[in-house]
Amino acid sequence: MNKGFNALYGTIVIAASALAAIAMAAVILIAVGADALGTFRVILTDPLKDTFGLTEILVRAVPLILIALGIAVAFRSGILNIGAEGQMQAGIIAATAAALYLPGLPKAVLLPLVLAAGALGGGIWAWIAGALKARLGVNEILSTVMLNYIAAQFYTFFLRGPMIDPNELQTGSGTPQSPRLPKEAWLDRLIPGTRLHTGLIIAIVLAVLVFLFLWRTTSGFRMRAAGAEEKAARYAGIDVEKYIIAAMVVSGAFAGLAGAVELTGVHRRAIEGITSGYGFSGIVVALFGGLHPAGIVPAAVFFGLLILGADMTQRSMGVPANMVLVLQGAVILAIVSAQMFLGNPYARDRLARRLRLPRRPGPKTLEDAAAEGGLKQ
Amino acid sequence: MPSTKRIESLRLEGITKRFPGVLACDDISLEVGAGEVLALVGENGAGKTTLMNILMGLYQPDYGRIVINGEEARFRGPSDAFAAGIGMVHQHFMLVPNMTVTENVALGLKELHHPFHLDLASARRRIAEVSERHQLAVNPEAYVWQLSVGEQQRVELVKTLCFGARFLILDEPTSALTPQETDELIERLKRMTAELSVIFISHKLGEVKALCDRVTILRQGRVAFNGRTQDHTSGDLAALMTGHEVNLPRNACVEACGEQRLKVSALMVRGDRGNLALNGLDLELRSGEILGIAGVSGNGQRELADALAGLRKVESGSIGLCGEEIANRRPRAIIDAGMGYIPEDRHTEGIVPSFSIKENLVLKDFASQRFSTASFLRLERIDENAEELRERFDIRASSTATSAGSLSGGNIQKVILARELARGPKVLVAVYPTRGLDMGAEEFIHAQLLERRAEGVAILLISEELEELMNLSDRIAVIYKGRISKVLEAPEATRRRLGMLMAGLADE
Repeated sequence: MNKGFNALYGTIVIAASALAAIAMAAVILIAVGADALGTFRVILTDPLKDTFGLTEILVRAVPLILIALGIAVAFRSGILNIGAEGQMQAGIIAATAAALYLPGLPKAVLLPLVLAAGALGGGIWAWIAGALKARLGVNEILSTVMLNYIAAQFYTFFLRGPMIDPNELQTGSGTPQSPRLPKEAWLDRLIPGTRLHTGLIIAIVLAVLVFLFLWRTTSGFRMRAAGAEEKAARYAGIDVEKYIIAAMVVSGAFAGLAGAVELTGVHRRAIEGITSGYGFSGIVVALFGGLHPAGIVPAAVFFGLLILGADMTQRSMGVPANMVLVLQGAVILAIVSAQMFLGNPYARDRLARRLRLPRRPGPKTLEDAAAEGGLKQ
Repeated sequence: MPSTKRIESLRLEGITKRFPGVLACDDISLEVGAGEVLALVGENGAGKTTLMNILMGLYQPDYGRIVINGEEARFRGPSDAFAAGIGMVHQHFMLVPNMTVTENVALGLKELHHPFHLDLASARRRIAEVSERHQLAVNPEAYVWQLSVGEQQRVELVKTLCFGARFLILDEPTSALTPQETDELIERLKRMTAELSVIFISHKLGEVKALCDRVTILRQGRVAFNGRTQDHTSGDLAALMTGHEVNLPRNACVEACGEQRLKVSALMVRGDRGNLALNGLDLELRSGEILGIAGVSGNGQRELADALAGLRKVESGSIGLCGEEIANRRPRAIIDAGMGYIPEDRHTEGIVPSFSIKENLVLKDFASQRFSTASFLRLERIDENAEELRERFDIRASSTATSAGSLSGGNIQKVILARELARGPKVLVAVYPTRGLDMGAEEFIHAQLLERRAEGVAILLISEELEELMNLSDRIAVIYKGRISKVLEAPEATRRRLGMLMAGLADE
C-alpha cells in the first residue's frame, strides 16, 4: 500500500459518496414526478446568477454561521446541544422585548443592547439544560429537545399576547406578530436594495473569536479538555461541571444572538416561523464544517445555497421546497459514510484486496528469516 | 460446519505490512507445529498485534502468505480464519456483559440462529461438551457481568473453542489476571495442547518460559530471535526483546527518609456501591521514601487513590499533605498543594487522548503564569516545554503535535510521568504505573521513580506486582478490606509473607 493508492482511495470514496447523494435525491425527485436534472441545475446554479441570489445566500448563511459556532463550542465541550431552535426563539423574545420596551435610546446604545438581550435570552434558555446535565445528570439531548417545544409555545404566546402589534388588534386581523421595531434597533443593510445586513460582519468576527477562544485561551482549553475526556480533565483539576454549564450557555447565547440578528437585520419584527429551522440546520452545518470555525463558514454558505436553491426550485420547477430537506439528508448521509470510509483502515484494506495488489513473489522461508534476523549472542 | 481437521502446521511466510509512515511487519516468518505453544514476544509496537490481525484476516499483508497444513490459505475476513479453525482471545474481552454465558456463545454460532428461534439448547450442549473436554468449568447461566476477570477469560476460551477453534491465539491473556489465576491459566493451556496449537502473546518472560516450547521475538517489526525457550534465560530473552541488557533497577534502601509528607489517619471512604471501601485506614509517608501498597485489587486501592486526589468524598478521617489538611478539598487545590498523580487508567484518566502530546504535557499547568498571559495560552512556551520533556523522558513520537491517544501504552505513561514529575511534586501517588507495559518502559519508569525518591519526593506506589513492590519500596504496607493490615520493612517482605497477608491470613 502506498501514497498513490491512498490518494486514489480518497478520490474514489468522495466521488462515490457524491454520486450516491445525487442518486438518492434523483430517485426521490423522479418518484414525485419532477425533472431531476432540471432541479439540480436550478438548486446549484440559479442562486449564483445575480446579486440578489448571492446576497440571499449570505442572508441565510448568517444565522447558520452563528448557530453552528455555538453548536461547535458545545460539542467540543462534550455536551450535545440540539436546542438551538428553542434558544433562538428565546433570544428573539428577549431581543424584541428590549427593542420595544427601551424606547428613545440612540442606535449606538439600543442596537447592542438588543443583540445582547438576544444572546442573554438564548443563554438562559440553554443554561437550564446545562445545569440539569451538570447537577443531576439529565441527558442534554432529551432536555434540549423538550425545551424546544416549550420555547415554541412561549414564542407563540408572546406573539399572540403581550407582544402583539396593537394595529393587529385594532384592525382585527390578529396576525401573530410584534410591532415593527424602532429604527434604532435595526442592523444596517450592507448593500442597499438587498436584504444583506451587517450581521454578516458580526458572524465573521465571531467565527474568528470562537477560534481564538477555543484554541488560544485557557478557558477554551478547559472546555475542550472536559469535552474530549471528562475523566482526564477531572484528574487534572478542571471543574468539569462548571465548564459543561458554561459551554451550554455560550452555545445558547450564540443561538439567541442568531435570533436577534435575524430579527433586527431581516424581518425587523418578530413573526411566526422566523427561525425557519435554522436551529436544526445549524447543527448539520456545525458537523459538516468539522466543528471548526474555518469549516463552518463555508459550510454555512453551502447550506445557504441549498436552502435558497430549494425556494427557487419551488417557484421555477414546481418541486416542493421540502424536497431540499431530502437533498440535505442525502448529502449528510453521504458525508458521514465518506468520513467512515476515509477513517477506517480496514475498509481501505478491503478495497486493496479487491484490486489485487501484487504480492512479492517467492516468500522467504522460516529458516532464511531466522538466519537473517539472527541470534545476537 | 467448518472442517474439523487438525492443524498440523501453520506457517507465516515473509509477512510484510506497511501502514502510513511505519513498517509494522517487515518480512516476518514463523511456524507452529501440532500441539505446540509458540510464544510471540516483543515490546509494544513491535508488530505482534498487526501480525495476529493478519492471521485473523482483519488485515491483508502487503506481501507474504499464510500456509496451513502445507496449503496456502487466504483469509478475506475473520470468518475465513474461524472456518480454518483459528480462534483468538483478545486482550480486552469481546463479551456482552448483560447476557448470559450461553447467550454470548450462541451469539457467534450463526447456525443456531433460526428465523424465529435461537437454539440455546444446542449452545448449552456445546458448552458442556467443550468445558468437559478441556476442563474449563463455566456456569452457562451466569451473566457475564457477574463473573470475575479470570472467569470471563474462561468464557472467552470456551466460546472460541465452541466456534471450532483448533488453533488458539491468546493476546496478553495474563495482563488482567491475579498471580493465582495466571498459574491456573498456564496449567490449563498445557493440558489443552493435547489437541490444540497455541500462539501465546506476552511480554512476561517468566510465563513464557513456564508455558512455551519455542519463542519468536519481534523487535521493530522484524524477527529478532527464533528458538527454544529452555536454552535461554529470561535475561537473554529480555535483552533480545528490548535490544539491550535489561536491569530492572532496585531500591538500594539507604536510610534517607526525611520529614513527614503525607499523613492519613482513620480514613473512611465509600466505594461505588456505597460500601465502606476504606474503613479506618492509616498511613504515613516521609520524604525520600517509597511506600508500596500491596493487596489484591478491590481491597480499597482505587478508593484510597481517588480520595488522595480529591476525586472521592471522604466520609471521615484526615489526609495531611505537608501538614495541610486536604481531605475533601477540590482536585485543583490538592494539585496546587503539591500532589502528583499517576492514575490507574492511563488512557482516560491520565491523558486526553484526542489532545496533542504538548497539550497533555501542560494539562495541569496551562493556566499557570508560565504558559499563559491574561488567559491567553503561550503556544511557543507550550511547544518548548514539550520538546524539552520529550527529550528528557524519551517520549517516542514523530512530533509533539501528534495526538497522545495514538501513542503506545509505554509512551503514554512517559507523557504522564513527564507531566507529573516536571511539576516537582512533594508527594507522588503512582497507581499500577507499569501495568501492561513492556520491560523497556517498566525499566525506565522504575528508574525515574527511584531518581525522584533520591531527590526527596515521597512516593506512594500502589501495585499488584510483588516484584515491583519489592524492588522499589522502602516499606510495604499490605491493604486488606480497606485497612492497612501490616507494614513491613523492605528486607522483611518476602513473597510468601506478602502473599499470606494479602490473602488476609495472620502474619507468621
